[in-house]
Amino acid sequence: MFDDFFIRALVAGIGIAFVTGPLGCFVVWRRLSYFGDTLAHSALLGVTIAYTLEFNIAVSIFITSSIIALILVKLEKKTNLPGDALLGLLAHSSLAVGLVAIGFLTFIRFDIMGLLFGDILAVTTDDLLTIWIGGALILLVLKLIWKPLFASTVNYELAEAEGLNPDRAKAIFTILMAAIIAISIKMVGLLLITGMLIIPTAMARNLSDNPQKMVVFSIIGGLLSVFIGLFSSLEFNTPSGPSIVAAALVLFIFSLFKIKQTIQLKN
Amino acid sequence: MSIEKNILVKLKDVGFEQNDKWLVKGVSLQVEKGKIVTLIGPNGSGKSTTAKIALGIYKNIEGQVEKFTNNIGYVPQKISIDWTLPLRVKDFMLLTDNLKDDALDEALTLTGVKHLKDKNLGNLSGGEFQRVLLARAISKKPELLVLDEPVQGVDFTGEIALYELIKKISEKLNCGILLISHDLHTVMTATDHVVCLNGHVCCSGSPKDVARNNEYKALFGEQASQTLSVYEHKHDHEHSNDGEIKKN
Repeated sequence: MFDDFFIRALVAGIGIAFVTGPLGCFVVWRRLSYFGDTLAHSALLGVTIAYTLEFNIAVSIFITSSIIALILVKLEKKTNLPGDALLGLLAHSSLAVGLVAIGFLTFIRFDIMGLLFGDILAVTTDDLLTIWIGGALILLVLKLIWKPLFASTVNYELAEAEGLNPDRAKAIFTILMAAIIAISIKMVGLLLITGMLIIPTAMARNLSDNPQKMVVFSIIGGLLSVFIGLFSSLEFNTPSGPSIVAAALVLFIFSLFKIKQTIQLKN
Repeated sequence: MSIEKNILVKLKDVGFEQNDKWLVKGVSLQVEKGKIVTLIGPNGSGKSTTAKIALGIYKNIEGQVEKFTNNIGYVPQKISIDWTLPLRVKDFMLLTDNLKDDALDEALTLTGVKHLKDKNLGNLSGGEFQRVLLARAISKKPELLVLDEPVQGVDFTGEIALYELIKKISEKLNCGILLISHDLHTVMTATDHVVCLNGHVCCSGSPKDVARNNEYKALFGEQASQTLSVYEHKHDHEHSNDGEIKKN
């Protein structure tokens, strides 16, 4: 049962869960789930560029997503369109352009399903290095910007007034979002990365009364989702991304009962 | 030069324009160590805007702001906190600074809300929340305190106690305070310098001078000035409802 590829997938998934936990909290707190979606959709474009130029996939996705984030910031300033319309515009157009580009790349065989929904068979030893080294870097940078980022999430003006430079923290956080998408795309797939970011966090919200607890529960939720999801993926031959996210959903549903209990206790 | 050294923040002829409307224009003031400067003025006169300019929250401003300290405590007028974020009072207290537990306790005790330390911020009443905001601002022992309506929603006896506390803090920490307040009585008794705003600086000076000033009277009505002065002089301009200066 424990074939080599499965161990690799498991190790990869554990690495990703450690990073998506804390990042996911900020995605939920700062209401960035559509922003995450947009960056993830643009990752497909990054993949096609990587294949065309024979370039490292994770680096290519990271650069493409970062550029899309920059374009978004520019468009927000230059147009009168609301933020969600701009996000939709960028998400779907970059996905469309990516798919069209794949259509032209007839000389390469693409596993589109794998790109969209993740593929545990595709995780190589190199990918493990990318995930664990990249993940460690993301967590390190997040720790460094934690104070200003958290303070400005609670209240931007307080953070700005008391000299924490929230704008810089926000810009760095955007780059971290692009990075997590770059390292987790093979496992979870680009359509479901946001699910991995927000569903364990949503579960954690139901169980926590303070931010530290929420981060810890979010990581635990992510780890459990990875374990349950990957085992069922192996058992039922289902794609890895949806299996992990479905497992996260089940955990979320369980966490709702905990809320019900506390409400009943209070009454 | 000793006076220069005591200056914490200095605004030189600052103004801020938003959506083609000047919220404030031509405001100059300075806050020194150990002094309380109070901004008064009707709604929409640019009090909060001036405070935000002094704090560096508004960036595209006219004029100059010189800040000589980075150790600042701020109590904003309005604060909206998103409850998707679970936050206890003690988490909130540590928001911008890493403080020791006894520093937290001391500040919370001073504002009378130590018993709320482990409570969720979302479950506090308006007055309790205001006391927590004030405790957070003073807990880091700032050099400059900017307090925008710091006692709104606090009960009457608490209000007096908190203003006394603010006065005490300014003496104890020798910090400068930029205060925005509607309570004219407190302003007149606890303040070193008053700036009366209405889109621009209407008048400024010691509380007594301002109370005698005719523009102050025009803004706040006879009653407000009667408490301290009945002095009169000619008003050289009028205001329309939005604070713009009417040309006679």
